Amino acid sequence: MKMNKYVERIYNGVIKENPTFIMMLGMCPTLAVTTSGNNGLYMGLTTTVVLAMSNLLIAALRKLIPDKVRIPAYIVVVASLVTIVQLLLEAYLPVVNELLGIYIPLIVVNCIILGRAEAYAAKNSVGLSLFDGIGMGLGFTFALSIIGSFRELLGAGTIFSFKITPDSFEPITIFILAPGALFTLAILTALQNKFKLPSATNGSVSNSIGCGGDCSHCMGSTCTTNREEIASQDEVATTKMKAAKQTEINETQNQK
Amino acid sequence: MKELIMIIIGSALVNNVVLSQFLGLCPFIGVSKKTNTAAGMGAAVIFVITVASVLCSIIFSKLLVPLEMEYLQTIVFILVIACLVQFVELILKKYSRPLYSALGVYLPLITTNCAVLGVALINVTEDYGLLTSTINGFGTAAGFTIAIVIMAGIRERIEYNDITKSFQGSPIVLITAGLMAMAFFGFAGL
Repeated sequence: MKMNKYVERIYNGVIKENPTFIMMLGMCPTLAVTTSGNNGLYMGLTTTVVLAMSNLLIAALRKLIPDKVRIPAYIVVVASLVTIVQLLLEAYLPVVNELLGIYIPLIVVNCIILGRAEAYAAKNSVGLSLFDGIGMGLGFTFALSIIGSFRELLGAGTIFSFKITPDSFEPITIFILAPGALFTLAILTALQNKFKLPSATNGSVSNSIGCGGDCSHCMGSTCTTNREEIASQDEVATTKMKAAKQTEINETQNQK
Repeated sequence: MKELIMIIIGSALVNNVVLSQFLGLCPFIGVSKKTNTAAGMGAAVIFVITVASVLCSIIFSKLLVPLEMEYLQTIVFILVIACLVQFVELILKKYSRPLYSALGVYLPLITTNCAVLGVALINVTEDYGLLTSTINGFGTAAGFTIAIVIMAGIRERIEYNDITKSFQGSPIVLITAGLMAMAFFGFAGL
């Protein structure tokens, strides 16, 4: 079946290249705000708005922005959008603003947004980029809501604030605290490894997004050399260690 | 003085930036394979976050508040941080080769480290003055360094262990981070 190319972008964002479950991007907000299903949903929707608008604007400006200053230009676009969204939330949905707090301005450094700008919006038409942004955003929302509901269910016995567990169930409070987020993600990635599902963590997904699920490598072309340098440093360290061990072994043999 | 020490302990240990606020989690997992690279990253982060908190605090109180443009804080801070990182890199390259070769690799990676922007924003929302902001920035960065170096130390040991196949790689790292986060709860009593 051949899908409409706009529908295909949505499908791609929600299922095929889901930013959280498959690409493992934007882990900081994923872990920090998923203490409940509602929080995850709000964060996801806020990010979706920013992502769709930033993809739209960057695709529209893609021929005007010189290649050399594209990253700073993208950052300015995204930061302006985040400021607008934050002001709107403050005015019309102060509850959400209160709940998410500092994580709203931090959407600027969410690597899903820069990643999509760099990998998709900079090369494709305005309409497709908009749908790509919406698809990716919905995929992110979906993932955050699921992780949030899972943690809320185990940690507080509720889902989206509705109590569903019997009174005899003692909530495992650790799951809505910081360590619970890490454990939840660990279980998720372990399951993906176990069933060999496509995921950036087991290297079975071909990564079209430059940074490979690692925010620290988000800066596109500037980081390729960096990554190589870090890798070579690591290599030097290992060879040194090996050499040291070898000499140690040799010495002990000599003593014998 | 006592208050400043409380802020350092609070930001470095009790509210550890990585383990309880999840800021800067990506470098924490990405660059923690070897202790010496982790320490290099930590040093670069301490340097950048401290300078960035000083600059952002000055710009906010001396420029944005008098002009009544506080709502521009996110844009201004991210630009200041991005420029600062580039600037520091250029200066180190020109004047201090040894420092550059030690920290240079990690500097560009720091622009997207959300801890830097996070600290600048926390300083503003908490109404910290210049000195308090600086101390808070330094404390937070020190907390990041403590966490990443401990993590690298543990990961070096984990390499030699026999781990269930599906938990190899990132799952075991996340479990370790979770256990560390639980251990850091202990500091809440301080």
